[in-house]
Amino acid sequence: MQDRWEHYEHGADIGVRGFGATLPAAFEQAALALTAIVTDPGGVAASEPVDIACEAPDNELLFAEWLNALVYEMAVRRMLFSRFRVEIDGDRLTARAFGEPTSVRRHSPAVEVKGATYTTLRVAQTADGGWLAQTVVDV
Amino acid sequence: MHGAMRVPAVIYATEALVRAMDDKVFEQSRNVATLPGIVRAAYAMPDAHWGYGFPIGGVAAFDADRGGVVSAGGVGFDVSCGVRCLHTGLRREDILAVQKPLAEALFARIPAGLGSTGTIRLGAEQMDAMLAGGAKWAVERGWGAPADLDRIEERGQMLDAKPGRVSEMAKRRQRDEMGTLGSGNHYLEVQHVSEIHDAAAAAAYGLAVGDAVVMIHCGSRGLGHQIGTEFLRQMAIAAPGFGLTLPDRELACAPIRSELGEAYLGAMRAAINCALANRQILTHLVREVFADILPAARLPLLYDVSHNTCKVETHRIDGESRSLYVHRKGATRAFGPGHPDLPEPLLAVGQPVLIGGSMGTGSYVLAGTAASESLAFSSACHGAGRAMSRHKAATQWRGRQVVDELAARGILVRSPSSRGIAEEAPGAYKDVVEVVDAADSAGLARKVARLEPLVCIKG
Repeated sequence: MQDRWEHYEHGADIGVRGFGATLPAAFEQAALALTAIVTDPGGVAASEPVDIACEAPDNELLFAEWLNALVYEMAVRRMLFSRFRVEIDGDRLTARAFGEPTSVRRHSPAVEVKGATYTTLRVAQTADGGWLAQTVVDV
Repeated sequence: MHGAMRVPAVIYATEALVRAMDDKVFEQSRNVATLPGIVRAAYAMPDAHWGYGFPIGGVAAFDADRGGVVSAGGVGFDVSCGVRCLHTGLRREDILAVQKPLAEALFARIPAGLGSTGTIRLGAEQMDAMLAGGAKWAVERGWGAPADLDRIEERGQMLDAKPGRVSEMAKRRQRDEMGTLGSGNHYLEVQHVSEIHDAAAAAAYGLAVGDAVVMIHCGSRGLGHQIGTEFLRQMAIAAPGFGLTLPDRELACAPIRSELGEAYLGAMRAAINCALANRQILTHLVREVFADILPAARLPLLYDVSHNTCKVETHRIDGESRSLYVHRKGATRAFGPGHPDLPEPLLAVGQPVLIGGSMGTGSYVLAGTAASESLAFSSACHGAGRAMSRHKAATQWRGRQVVDELAARGILVRSPSSRGIAEEAPGAYKDVVEVVDAADSAGLARKVARLEPLVCIKG
C-alpha cells in the first residue's frame, strides 16, 4: 500500500483519513491530513522537532489521542507540523513531529482545529494488508 | 419508537427542511432517546444537522434522580459557544459614514483567526478566578459595566463551576487566548435592523428599523475545546463500567450522580464562565473602538445566549416541577414571558433569542414563547447550518472574490485568512430564513427583527 492521506466530508466539519503500509504510517499520514485542514503541508518547514507521547486502551482511541495531542501542541506552541515519525508499542504511542511556528502571512491558516471527535472513528487493516486510520475533527 | 428508545425523538422542521436533513440527524436523535434518565423526548431543532453523538441542534433533558446522565458529546467541544448582541445607539447612516475606518479599527483591535493572541495573560490564580466568575469577573476587572450582567444568561456567572476540575492542559491552552474571537464560523459583525416582525417585542428590546447593532459569535476558545476532548475520552472509556451500552462511542456520558459526571459538570461550568468572560472582554474592545471612532455611541447589551451547554433547569413534566439537566447542543435557550430568570425589562416579552446567519446574509432576533416550554424545554434553533462542506466551499469560491462580491453589496469583510473566507462563503450555508420561519411556525420562538451586516470581522 502506498502511504497517502485524504479528507472526507462531514456536514459542518471535515474528516481526516490516512493510509499506510503500517499502523504508524497510517497515523503519520492522517497527521498530514490534519495539517492540511489549516494550510498546505508543503509550505510548512519541518525544522523544529516536538516530542509527543500518549496512550489509550485501543487503536481507535489511541488514534484520537494522537490527533488531539497534535491539536494541543499546535495550539499552545502556535506551530504547524509537516513531518511525523510515529512508533506504536501496544497501547502506547511515541512520536516526533517536525514543524515551524505558524506564520499568518506565509501559511494563511484557514481555520483552527478544536479537537478530534469519535465520529466515523476507525482504525482497521485494509484488504491489501495495509492500515487505515480516520476520524472527523471539529473545526 | 425503535428498539432501545426510552422516549420518542421529535424533530421540529418544515417538510422541506426535514427532506434536506442528513439521515444522521434521525439516527443520532434515536440514539439520544436510548440514554438513561432521558425525560419526555429527544428533540431536534429546525437547523439540526449531523453532529457528534448528539445531532447539532439537539436538545435533551435528564433526571438525576432517575439514573440520568450528562454527556460531553451532548454539549460539544466549543462549550458555551454563543452570540451576544450590543445596541449602539446609532443609525445605519452613522455607520456608513465611517464604515471603512470602523472595519479597519475593529479588525486591528479584535484578535481573530488561528494563532492570534489576546493582550491579557492570566496567572494561575486569575485563571481560576475567571473560571469561577465568568463575565462577572470580567466586569469586576473593568471590562464592562455591572448592567451588562443582567443581560447575560445566569447573570453572567455560571454557579457551581469547579476550576479545580479543569486540567492544567486546558488552562495552558487558554493562557494567551482571553479576548480572542477564534476562527471557523466565529465572527464579529456590525449590523443594521432591516425589518421588524413584532413591533411590541422590538420596542421592548429597543430595536427599530435602521438601528445599528454589534453581534459577536464566539465561545470558550482552547479551554473549552480541551475540556470537551478530555471528558469525551474519559466518558468513552468509563461507559462500560457504568453499565452503559452506547450505540455510538461519541454518545459518551456518565451518570450525573457519579464522580466523573460531577467532575465534568464542574469543568464544563468553568468553561461556560470562560466563554462569558471572553465575550465580555471582546465587548470591551468593541466599545473602545467605537469610543475612538464614533464617540456618541453607547453599547449596552441586548442579550447574550449560549449554544453548547448543559444546565440545571426546572421544568413542568406532567404537572409536576422537576429539576432537569438540559443539554443543548447547537440550540438556544428560549425562556418565555414571565420566566423568573429574565431581567425585569424583558419579563413581559420573553428572552431575546439571537440567531446568526452566515457572513453576508441576515441574522435574526427572536423572542422566547410560553409554548416553547412544553415543546422543547424552552429551546429554539441557533443558526443557519452548513449546506456545503468546507472543502467543497474552498474549491467553489476564492476568498478575494467573496470579499469583493460582499463589498459590492455594501458589506465590508476583514479576515486574516483568505481560505477561511472562502470556506465560510454565504453560499456554503443554508438559508437562515427557512430555519427561523420554521422555529416561528412551530412556536419555539417568535420572529422579532431581521438584521443585515455592514461590517464583518471573520476569524
